[in-house]
Amino acid sequence: MKSLKLEGRLWVLQRNGELISDIDTDMIFHNQYLAITDIDKMGQYSFDNLEGFKDFAVHAKPGDMILAGDNFGSGSSRQQAVDCFISLGVRAVIARSYGAIYLRNAINSAFPVITMPGAEAASFSHLETVVLDMEKGQLGGFKTQPMSRVQMDIYSAGGLFEYAETLK
Amino acid sequence: MEAAMGRTLIEKIIKAHNGGDCTGGDLVWMDIDNRSARDFAGANVVGNLQKYGGNFPIEDPSKTFFTFDCNVPANTIPYATNQHIIRLFARERNLKVYDVDAGIGSHVVIEEGLGKPGSTTVGTDSHLNIMGAVGAFGQGMGDVDIAFAFKAGKVWFDVPESVRVTLTGMPAQGSEAKDVALAMLREFGSHALLGKSVEVRGEWLDQASLSDCITLSSLGTEMGAIIILLPPNKQVLDYFGMKKEEAIFADEDAEYVKEYNLDISGLKPLVAAPPNPHNVHFVSEYKNTAVDGVFIGSCTNGTYEDMAYAAKLIKGRKVADGVMLKVVPATRKTWERMLHEGLIADLFDAGAIVSNAGCGGCASGQIGMTGSKEIQVSTSNRNFAGKQGKGDTYLSGIGTAVASAVLGRIASVHELGEV
Repeated sequence: MKSLKLEGRLWVLQRNGELISDIDTDMIFHNQYLAITDIDKMGQYSFDNLEGFKDFAVHAKPGDMILAGDNFGSGSSRQQAVDCFISLGVRAVIARSYGAIYLRNAINSAFPVITMPGAEAASFSHLETVVLDMEKGQLGGFKTQPMSRVQMDIYSAGGLFEYAETLK
Repeated sequence: MEAAMGRTLIEKIIKAHNGGDCTGGDLVWMDIDNRSARDFAGANVVGNLQKYGGNFPIEDPSKTFFTFDCNVPANTIPYATNQHIIRLFARERNLKVYDVDAGIGSHVVIEEGLGKPGSTTVGTDSHLNIMGAVGAFGQGMGDVDIAFAFKAGKVWFDVPESVRVTLTGMPAQGSEAKDVALAMLREFGSHALLGKSVEVRGEWLDQASLSDCITLSSLGTEMGAIIILLPPNKQVLDYFGMKKEEAIFADEDAEYVKEYNLDISGLKPLVAAPPNPHNVHFVSEYKNTAVDGVFIGSCTNGTYEDMAYAAKLIKGRKVADGVMLKVVPATRKTWERMLHEGLIADLFDAGAIVSNAGCGGCASGQIGMTGSKEIQVSTSNRNFAGKQGKGDTYLSGIGTAVASAVLGRIASVHELGEV
């Protein structure tokens, strides 16, 4: 069973003191890189089209987590926008809400996407080390939604098809 | 814990499929009665299963099938190749293929009695939410989720919030289900119902035929809705030979995040002008627009009832000089009935081109595309640039489509003097 408690540095994606909303899949993983299929090569392009965070991939370390505003991952259905984070060893995204297709892709890939309706930039320092408890639903001292049963099943198995293997 | 609140129709269908007592925003596992893939993305479903599953079992082959409807018979080599990848896999796994002769998958699912009231269906068709027409769950999904459904017999789903639309009054004589659907698009656009399960009720719906219900639910995707879910009326229950107690309905005290009223009293025929389906206007505003082509068919207006109405209107008339009338029945069974009842002859004699069953004008060129500057009236559901070709597409009901074909300009059925 994978740990439901993660500890790592928190990237607070903010602009003028507000969490950035509507970070779309072109800001996460630009369409000029869509031909890349090798996950090891994807990480270097993460957020290279997100103003203010274009050097994210250079400075990100395995274990890091990301905090963002509403509608994270809106836009296209590209799986690379999830896989680029897995490639870098980023452990989780916490956001006020997600684009529907992004949520689906991330959950199916066993990548933790945690919803935190009350997330505020002011609650955290950029790159501070925090604990994310996905079972209780806590980030630092603040409340998040806990992982749903669906997410926990797939996350624990390591992916949607790995979960299917556990059914029979 | 407070006492459980009343549940909406989608919440009750999910609960009946082992999704638990759920409400909008919950992520749930739900059992799927019909697991399908079409020729579009179907080969990717097969690829996913082979990549991840190895020699895996299909959860229940009797509930798992393919429907070919996009490009039938295939007129591009990639489609032909993908269809055959699917056939070979299906033979090996003993899965049913509704092949290139069968027609539109979602309609076949209803016709075969598989998609009955209260059931659940998933597949790779973005209009599979058309199952809402019979008070059933349907949803288009990507190839990864559909492959999982084949293997596991279930999917996970983000339960949508429910809203309710009450239609008041009755449309004018000569208006049809498509006009009601277009009136909803005019009212709600593509954002107001975004991500919602939309339950509809009202006097019009009580008397609507199964075909009318299909037309209305088929435009849910264009409204941004997850599904337009219609409580099955007497006509729909009779079609499936079901009693009211055997279907699923929302609780009397169900809570909706929003309630809307839409007055359709005296509604006159509408068209959706380019460039999008919610650019809706009265047909009369475009009566001087000359047309080059008319398409009748699609999952929105391709049922036997639609075809019979088109044939009745056109019998004894002629398609205007210089106008192409293209007709594509939704399913082979509809085609068969049209053939034996003489409806094909009525259409042919008037000058129509009648193609084999399928998605017709909405997919890549089964019955031709439009060229730049060509003006087409179409009974389908999408008029985005490039969808049916390079030309300008106006979406309408059957009456407007036939009148436009006969008069050579955008016209309502009233101008034929029939209503």
